[in-house]
Amino acid sequence: MTAAFDFHRWRLVILGGVIIGCILIAAIFAPWIAPWSPYDLDYTAMLQGPSAAHWLGTDELGRDTLSRVIHGARISMQVAFIAAGVGLVCGTVIGVTAAYFGGIVDLVLMRLMELLFSFPAILLAVVLMASLGTSVVNAMIAIGIVFIPGFSRLARAATEVVLREQYVESARALGMGHLRILFREIMPNILAPLLVEAAVAFSYAILLESALSFLGLGAQPPEPTWGNMLNTGRGFMAQSAMLSLAPGMAIFLTVLGFNFIGDGLRDALDPHMKD
Amino acid sequence: MTAPAPPDRRSHDRPGVLPTLDIADLTIEFSRRRVWTPVVRGVSLRVMPGEIVGIIGESGSGKTLSSLAALRLLPRQARIAGGRIRLKDIDILAQTETGMRKLRGDRMALIPQDAMQALNPTMRVGLQVGEPISLHKGGPLKATLRAAARLLETVHIRGPDRGIRAFPHEFSGGMQQRAMIAMGLALAPDLLIADEPTTALDVTVQAQVLRLLREIRDEKGTSVLFITHDLGVVAELCDWVYVMKDGEIVEEGSVRRIFADPRQPYTRMLLAATPSIHAPLRPRGAA
Repeated sequence: MTAAFDFHRWRLVILGGVIIGCILIAAIFAPWIAPWSPYDLDYTAMLQGPSAAHWLGTDELGRDTLSRVIHGARISMQVAFIAAGVGLVCGTVIGVTAAYFGGIVDLVLMRLMELLFSFPAILLAVVLMASLGTSVVNAMIAIGIVFIPGFSRLARAATEVVLREQYVESARALGMGHLRILFREIMPNILAPLLVEAAVAFSYAILLESALSFLGLGAQPPEPTWGNMLNTGRGFMAQSAMLSLAPGMAIFLTVLGFNFIGDGLRDALDPHMKD
Repeated sequence: MTAPAPPDRRSHDRPGVLPTLDIADLTIEFSRRRVWTPVVRGVSLRVMPGEIVGIIGESGSGKTLSSLAALRLLPRQARIAGGRIRLKDIDILAQTETGMRKLRGDRMALIPQDAMQALNPTMRVGLQVGEPISLHKGGPLKATLRAAARLLETVHIRGPDRGIRAFPHEFSGGMQQRAMIAMGLALAPDLLIADEPTTALDVTVQAQVLRLLREIRDEKGTSVLFITHDLGVVAELCDWVYVMKDGEIVEEGSVRRIFADPRQPYTRMLLAATPSIHAPLRPRGAA
């Protein structure tokens, strides 16, 4: 009945999963893994290069870069998951509602989405942050809102396809109501493309959060995030390249991992792709 | 036209018995660019208790539309413009949408054309077959699944306990169609509407499904409205036949009479269009 696990088919997902898994573990257990506190200043050891005590060196205030990168993973991951979650849930609800009820509902909802879509993502996030105020929670909300139109369009298109399926018709013939049809017939059948999109949204959320922090709109110092570390590191590029390199690499690896998962999922879940 | 018509008595007609489905003077309109055009015109038909009634006609003749009207499941751009539909003593057209939802699946069930398409690929068969029960009656999941297994047994699916745990794609075409029939039977409805249920199946499986439908009628007294363009299937299964063309019923009669003595030119044409082993195919006009 069930074929043996197809490693070849899932190899990209596994590779991405391992990368993201490591970063997740680092984020969750940051206080135990990090060798130093990310906040403790040490004026005797500023802007040091890598050493046995500080593997990735120290920053301009003598804080351990490795510890700050590990702690930075916490905020990045939190923001990524919650922002992608906000986008996924709100976008799916809007898209499915628009497709299912059609007509004027569809028209109004999708025009609203197009309105959001018409702003460049970073600009929209900056505007939202400016009006909501700068905090980590607001960064999550702002990035989540940026994702809503994309998810809603995808959900709407997928629902349109499923709605034309006969099993939705026969569900009606069984006397099912709207909610039951939405949750039992439509949701499970549009999940695959949405999950793929979610993985891509994760990586994009990481980038967007870093960009916002870089602009000083995300978490506020001394809270370490990859974005604001990059920002401060920029000023000391000549003295200690490691200061920008470390958070940059962290961003790069995380985005790479999520993209592996996204691409891998897309191929693995696509029924038309045979090996 | 020439020979006197043989007596054509409807065997299920008994005085004082209410028809299971009674459609009178039904008109359905379709809108195209906001202009409503009638596509089903003045259709009247009856299905008596325990009777298998066939509607034959080519695609687009309105046979599916007429039967969907009984469930009030017309496509968005269609509307019922006139007529009367009764299920036993219930006036279908007077029901609210909530009232209709209670009737669908409980008092009447639809068996669709392509079972593979009609089963939700993400849900196990047992849950789907038991769906009418959990929807209309409720009760614990375990009992529903047990009922689903019993239903699969009634439609002769071997290993019903394994069957309820399977996903639709693990079933063969014939099994899927039988699972759909099982779903239709779940709450012992008064009326089964079968919309070309055997079109997607090969001939041997088709025969099994037809035998099953007849068996259900014989055992449970369920009325069946059978929509098809396949005359062979009608001859094998139905008691009474309506012939539809261009949204109208052109002829009705017992299967025996329709085949022995078709009165309308269109019916005769339909019969002639069926290849037969007695009259080998030859070019029109040849001797």
